[in-house]
Amino acid sequence: MIPASFEYRRAGSAAEALALLAEHGDDAKILAGGHSLLPLMKLRLASPSLLVDVGRIPELAYIDDRGDQVVVGALTRHCDVQRSALLQAEVPLLAHVAGVVGDPQVRHRGTIGGSIAHGDPASDLPAAVLALGATLVISGPAGVREVRAEEFFRGFLETAIGPDELLTEIRLSKMGGAGWSYQKFNLRAQDWAIVGVAAVGAQAGGGIALVNMATTPVRASTVEKAVAAGASAGDAANFSSAGLDPPSDLNASAAFRRHLAGVLVRRALQEVEARTRS
Amino acid sequence: MARAGSILGNAVVRLEDPTLLTGAGNYLDDLDPPGAVRIVFVRSSIAHGVLRSVNVDAARAMPGVLAVYHAGGNDLGLAPFQSFPMISESLSRPPFARDRVRFVGDIVAAVVAETRAQGIDAAESVVVEIDPLPVVISKTAALGADAPLLFPDNGNNVCFVTSFGTDEDPIEGAAVVAEVEMVSQRLAGVPMEPNGCVMVPGEPTGGITCWVSHQAPRSVLEVLVGVLGLEPEALRVVCPWVGGGFGPKAAIYVEYLIAAAAAMQLNLPVKWVETRSEDMVALVHGRDYTMNAKLGLTRQGKITGLDASVLASGGAYPLLGAVLPMLTQIMSVGVYDIPKVRFQGTSVVTNTTPVGPYRGAGRPEATQLIERVLDVAADQLEIDPAEIRRRNFLDPAAFPLTTLTGGAYDSGEYAKALDAALVASGYEELRTEQALRRAAGDPVQLGIGVSAYVEVTAPLGLHVEFGAVEVHEDGTASMAVGTSSHGQGHHTAFAMIASDVLGIPMDQIRLVNSDTAAVPRGAGTMGSRSLQTAGNAIFASSTAVLVRAQQIAAHTLEASPEDIVTGEGGLHIAGVPGRTISWEELAVASRDATQLPEGLAPGPLRHEGDFDGTNSTYPFGAHVSVVEVDTETGKVTLRRHIAVDDCGRILNPLLVRGQQHGGIAQGVAQALFEWVRYDDDGNPLTTNLIDYAMPAASEFPSFEASNTETDSPRNPLGAKGIGESGTIGSTPAVQNAVVDALSYLGVRHVDMPCTPERVWLAIEAVRP
Amino acid sequence: MKVTVTVNGQVEDHDVEPRQLLVHFIRETVGLTGTNVGCDTSSCGACTVLLDGDSVKSCTVLAAQADGCAITTIEGLADADGTLHPMQEAFREHHGLQCGYCTPGMVMAAVSLIAEHPGLDEAGVRAGLEGNLCRCTGYHNIVQAVLAASAAASR
Repeated sequence: MIPASFEYRRAGSAAEALALLAEHGDDAKILAGGHSLLPLMKLRLASPSLLVDVGRIPELAYIDDRGDQVVVGALTRHCDVQRSALLQAEVPLLAHVAGVVGDPQVRHRGTIGGSIAHGDPASDLPAAVLALGATLVISGPAGVREVRAEEFFRGFLETAIGPDELLTEIRLSKMGGAGWSYQKFNLRAQDWAIVGVAAVGAQAGGGIALVNMATTPVRASTVEKAVAAGASAGDAANFSSAGLDPPSDLNASAAFRRHLAGVLVRRALQEVEARTRS
Repeated sequence: MARAGSILGNAVVRLEDPTLLTGAGNYLDDLDPPGAVRIVFVRSSIAHGVLRSVNVDAARAMPGVLAVYHAGGNDLGLAPFQSFPMISESLSRPPFARDRVRFVGDIVAAVVAETRAQGIDAAESVVVEIDPLPVVISKTAALGADAPLLFPDNGNNVCFVTSFGTDEDPIEGAAVVAEVEMVSQRLAGVPMEPNGCVMVPGEPTGGITCWVSHQAPRSVLEVLVGVLGLEPEALRVVCPWVGGGFGPKAAIYVEYLIAAAAAMQLNLPVKWVETRSEDMVALVHGRDYTMNAKLGLTRQGKITGLDASVLASGGAYPLLGAVLPMLTQIMSVGVYDIPKVRFQGTSVVTNTTPVGPYRGAGRPEATQLIERVLDVAADQLEIDPAEIRRRNFLDPAAFPLTTLTGGAYDSGEYAKALDAALVASGYEELRTEQALRRAAGDPVQLGIGVSAYVEVTAPLGLHVEFGAVEVHEDGTASMAVGTSSHGQGHHTAFAMIASDVLGIPMDQIRLVNSDTAAVPRGAGTMGSRSLQTAGNAIFASSTAVLVRAQQIAAHTLEASPEDIVTGEGGLHIAGVPGRTISWEELAVASRDATQLPEGLAPGPLRHEGDFDGTNSTYPFGAHVSVVEVDTETGKVTLRRHIAVDDCGRILNPLLVRGQQHGGIAQGVAQALFEWVRYDDDGNPLTTNLIDYAMPAASEFPSFEASNTETDSPRNPLGAKGIGESGTIGSTPAVQNAVVDALSYLGVRHVDMPCTPERVWLAIEAVRP
Repeated sequence: MKVTVTVNGQVEDHDVEPRQLLVHFIRETVGLTGTNVGCDTSSCGACTVLLDGDSVKSCTVLAAQADGCAITTIEGLADADGTLHPMQEAFREHHGLQCGYCTPGMVMAAVSLIAEHPGLDEAGVRAGLEGNLCRCTGYHNIVQAVLAASAAASR
């Protein structure tokens, strides 16, 4: 219940945060909303010796219209992503998914950057940005670089962000009225998805990303190709777990996950279609 | 007894609430006596092993650490402990594991430090060496000839057996036999407030005051007296506000013994507050039965015999939980007229958390078994499940009766409750909708489940209780009872009774309970006993106080006691309210011989007594559950739950409904969500509220709870218990509903919890 | 390290360990024990308070993160003269509590919920309380209380 002792420093700017990370290396962790990190620390599954609190850097919390893109600062809280009129209009999948992360209290604190940087294959937002083909903007000692979502999630809780770097922005193409769907299958509403599917229509790139089907959020590329080739939702969904080795855990066996993926992908594609028409 | 204008039977909001709603109620962790130190337990992370060594050197040297206790060092002189007399002493638990650890959670050491954080830090540095032994998790494996033994001196892993009617086969010759093999899975109580205690030495003089988050403080005192070697007068056990109990907080925990002994030795207050992760392995678990039933019937669905057996786990150190099959046996026939019964119950030890009472404690299991096998029979015979029950109910005219298995049922109108539930559910319309969805091949199917139940409250001799009422010289009153409220609203319920008798406003009447220094005896609150025992004791004592007061008033007013009635502000002669004697005056007069009639000795305006209900009572009811099953994903959604629960004459319908709702939620949770799991090495897999799926509001509909009222003839209030009925009645209805949704596909049974994967597998298994 | 947190309108200046959770700051440093701890995985919501008006789980916030912020706990809801807040009153009328342990967190979550979402229906209330666990009530009366409070607030 009580974390191991650590030092705490509050960064007033991204530059200051980076300087602290550079100074302390692997022992330091970024603290944003704290709703991925603090639970681990309370159970002593993580014991960083320094927390760099970036939660008060106002320049990193924003949602801006940039023409054919919407850009979201990493420190934007889930509740703000959810209720953003701009995102609801232009990137409705993202606004919706932010509204199903955790519970209302979590959504008041957790940040989109924190969730994405944590890189949990069972989280909702990583799959959403993957389906949207987002670009992640990372700042580090060598400057600013962009990484596409397809290359961002490297392994279980492992992303392209280096130990001395900070995720600062998420760049999303406007969906242009494309249909979308997020299927989150869980036992209780507050639970992580047993399996989840984020999908967007062709006008937004036709991306389909799966939650909790691998060690990272993963694109269902065989399904995407089938859809692009004109397959029906039911037929395309047969390829939902192609090439995947889903986990077996307390909530579901791998076999059940494969089955669920098929059902949820089909439903997602049907919902994308329904939203496209309307 | 209830007069026109009586408050009894009315919904009255609770006296407790303003305190609790403003955060002013002090729970265990809110207590902070000066100088209190913290105790943190070091627990085994191995399920079964030889304890080689416990190295506390590093822990002792850490900041703030005052002491570290373990069996190989300072063990506080604590002997192996068995709280429950029916379990063999050879199965006792040493508070600190000695040569063996027997479950993940078994205590190997305890650190006392100035702060909790220091205690946790130091506990992490204790080094424990354990040589693993083969682990026994499966109950069936525990019975095997070559099973590893948890207690070699015991010779086997059996800790309790019970049986009835073993001479003949009750199924022999039956025209039809229905059979089911099923599981009542292990559950965790999860009171929102975890366990804890604060042990404060010095008061009473030379002794100790023990604050415990508990359901039965006097039972804790009785144990501590022996353990600490103190006279009873030197011990006070008292509960602050308690954040839920549900049964597990009625067990006696070795953590209390260790904390108390440490407090005495250090002469410092010692505080223990369980974390949730700790609670999930240290607080006793519930259920964990494997059950089998064969039902013999005629072709018309009339039951001719029941052959049932249960195999239960008592956990690593058995206590009350291990003997619950005895209650299951008694209640195995449920609400049905069953001419022949055979029952076999066995409890074994396994390398798991000890099992104790949990909401229903042996009766949910009995109801789950008979209600499931009866549904299997209904399905086989193609008789509607409600109808087959109707054909087998015990006749209301036959009450009071004692069943073959020893249930002394006081009163019951089982068909009336079932009919009320069916009408409330719109049963015919539901069946019509079900048929339509089946015909349409709708991927989301409707399931309708029925259950009819009877349960035993104030069981196992718990039908006697202490109650005292006193009116004070300031005109207020106080009630003292031997029960122990932990959310049930006893203050409100008992004040309603006393107020109704005496005419003193409820908010002028306070409750004293849960304090062994203030209440001389009492069995605490469990088994849904409190209203029928303590409530009646308060009724009797209030009545006796009124009688005394009437005599005093009659003397003063120069009237006959029969003409003295209660009214606003005190007592008056019937019809002459203008001349009232106030309760203040009556209380003063009571102590003044000059104001008393001949034959009445001076003393406080008080009465105390023990109400003896002579026997348990048997509430009953019927539930109808409506679920939707997504046949593609296996997800079950509870759409409606109708409960008709009869707890005799209702005192406060608000409180009764609350108990129904809470009970139903826990019963539904067993059917669909919760499951304490271990891997094959005995590692607990559900040690937090992420992995243990206790449901939130988002998982439930509003419940349709109502009541029939069939008085118990066994007490003047006509009351039976209600606390566990909702749980007992709901679980089978929900499970039956899930199976009912899928029966048209050929599914006959789905074990609990009916998770999506389980449902999917059941559908796959019958796919052509 | 020093933190300054306004709690129920009172400025609280204290020296804290960086690792101190906000819930422990409230309970032990400030001494307001109405907010309770029910779990260690941010699951149960018993520790819910308002931080700058929004419901948060105070067990998953460091005291350090609340520096300069305004917290409202259950003790800060009723009027100075003891008149219950309408949400507290609704819980009382509808028997929305039994043991009371989850209640402070439940009430604070509900206050935040209906302020943020006026006019919620039953499904919306149930979804809005997904982060708060109760073992006693089965939620039925809690939902009735919140709906009633929501209706009263919109009049």
